[in-house]
Amino acid sequence: MEFLFYMGDVFTPMNFGLLLLGTIGGLILGATPGLSPTMAVALLIPFTFKLEPQQGLILLGAAYTSTVAGGAVSAILLKIPGAPANIATTLDGHAMAQKGEGAKALQLSFIASAVGGVFGVLLLIFLTPILAQWALAFGPSHLFWLAILGVTVIGTLDSSSVVKGLLSGCIGLWLATIGFDDIMGAQRFIFHPSVAGGINVIPALIGLFAIPQVITMFTKGRSSDDAEIISVKRHPIRKAMAEVFSRKRALSIGTAVGSIIGLIPGVGGQIAGLVAYDQSRKFSPDKDKFGTGHSEGVIAAESANNAMVGPSLVPLLTLSIPGSPTAAVLLGGLLIHGIFPGPDLFMNYPQVAWTFIDSMLIGQILMCVFGLYIAGLAANVARIPHGVMAALVLGLAVFGSYSVQNSMGDVYVMATLGLAMYFLERFGFSAAPLVLGLILGPIAEANFIQGSMIANATVGMGSYFFTGWLNWLLIVIVIASVSYSVWMEIAQRRYTTKDDAVAKEEALS
Amino acid sequence: MTDLPRNQHIIASGLIAAIGITVAYVSFTQEPADAFIFPRLIASVFAVLAIWTFGKAVLGRTKVGNGLSAAAMRNLAPGLIVTLIYVYWAAKGLGFYTATTIAFFVLLSLYDPAPHGQLKSWLKRIVITAGFMLVMYGLFAMLLNVFTPKEILF
Repeated sequence: MEFLFYMGDVFTPMNFGLLLLGTIGGLILGATPGLSPTMAVALLIPFTFKLEPQQGLILLGAAYTSTVAGGAVSAILLKIPGAPANIATTLDGHAMAQKGEGAKALQLSFIASAVGGVFGVLLLIFLTPILAQWALAFGPSHLFWLAILGVTVIGTLDSSSVVKGLLSGCIGLWLATIGFDDIMGAQRFIFHPSVAGGINVIPALIGLFAIPQVITMFTKGRSSDDAEIISVKRHPIRKAMAEVFSRKRALSIGTAVGSIIGLIPGVGGQIAGLVAYDQSRKFSPDKDKFGTGHSEGVIAAESANNAMVGPSLVPLLTLSIPGSPTAAVLLGGLLIHGIFPGPDLFMNYPQVAWTFIDSMLIGQILMCVFGLYIAGLAANVARIPHGVMAALVLGLAVFGSYSVQNSMGDVYVMATLGLAMYFLERFGFSAAPLVLGLILGPIAEANFIQGSMIANATVGMGSYFFTGWLNWLLIVIVIASVSYSVWMEIAQRRYTTKDDAVAKEEALS
Repeated sequence: MTDLPRNQHIIASGLIAAIGITVAYVSFTQEPADAFIFPRLIASVFAVLAIWTFGKAVLGRTKVGNGLSAAAMRNLAPGLIVTLIYVYWAAKGLGFYTATTIAFFVLLSLYDPAPHGQLKSWLKRIVITAGFMLVMYGLFAMLLNVFTPKEILF
């Protein structure tokens, strides 16, 4: 119950002010199509430099939570998901809005998000210390395999092609080796003065997530989303509250599915929402009503995509392995303050860790309260033309990357990686494994070198890295995730023609 | 898959394969060897996967990635050129705030769907640019105390 001890810290004027700012800003950013939660959090990192570590994390955590929920606003009122996590919400949410139940759909989505989100954060609160205790037993070989596991799982599960996912991970791992070697001090792959000190994670994150979005907005030319905002009629919140809790099946399926999926690195909110929606429909006696504006569809999808937020941080805070791209960005937010998450985070920095987690709990409630009142405003923000949004994001990305170390080199790194990532994405590569490779590369290398030294002095490399139940468990999970993804890719190909795949990809992009 | 994406896939995967092979070559030839143990491990996997991807592209068996259509290239070209000039030259050469103001305004003018023939649209773009720059100056120069390159202009 240590989290209760630090609960008061969330309510200091500065911390609570940042929580409010992150929540309201996140709701507005989330409603803006093209601004993903990961990108929003990455663009916010430079603003946390001057803050205390827990204050920075409170801002980033609140933005993460609220952008996921805020995406429901444009999904419901404009039929444009604010984030991939809100795709399933569009199915019934927009149909409800078209029937004149827009306000009710928004209320259901925010209340369900809060319920799912609170459950997810409680899971984070109770699971994290147990896992952190267990993780203390990890040695260099285990940490090496764990880092490889993080890259492999995201590379295989988050990509449409296993080979390209793994290749992205390798590119990220290679980028992490650029600069001076920590042990020998030797120069490695320094082909330009901008990367002499290695690739700084923050500009890299900003570039990899923001620049491809900017260029994607350019490709839309001078067009704007012609989608009409459906006006919302008033609906009593009390009734929406009663409806959410009367739809126990959809709420519990959404919350459970979201929480479980959140714990699996690399799976993400989009899958959580779609799986919860699908399972809820399967178990519902009103299967036929799904897709026509059924409240259960909105409740299941929204409770799931917010329930995954808390559990997705468990691997980050206990094992220093970010389970999702947004968690990787949060890791960047911790690293700039010199805090490295892992099993000893709760011993060395209990105030930072627990205040952050507590703020996420309070943030879920604030998100629900403010979401209900500013949904209409957020929907208008969603209509900002692509060109304006692209220019805004580009300006923020350039200023944000420069401010990390007051270095133009960081701006060049940000832009180069971002431009390259846009073209890579067009050819089926994904940013998530690359980012994970870049972040986990130093962890993998440090533990590989440390493990090699121990191995050479004791039992030898083979015995050290390939024996022991924990090493084998991690190796088996790596192999299983690759095999499962290959099998899924082959099975999908058997039933999908090339034209279907191209059409599906076009629709998603 | 039409010929255009297939050729694009060959070029893209060819470039990645070239990078992969170069990284592997450098990793296995540079000294001190001890500093390159981990890069060798990564580079070997990198090169193998990159060559595999290139082989698939050459055989026309690439399943994911739609490449770039001619329409998309036409749309993104002006924005991309402005971005490249802004980031790689103007931000340092002209001064951060001056370059950002010009780049922001040019991008708005290129991509804002409001008609180009109306005075009102141009006034709106000027107001948005001025507002954005004020916010950026307030946030970065005053709040975060970031010293930006000034060079010949502000």
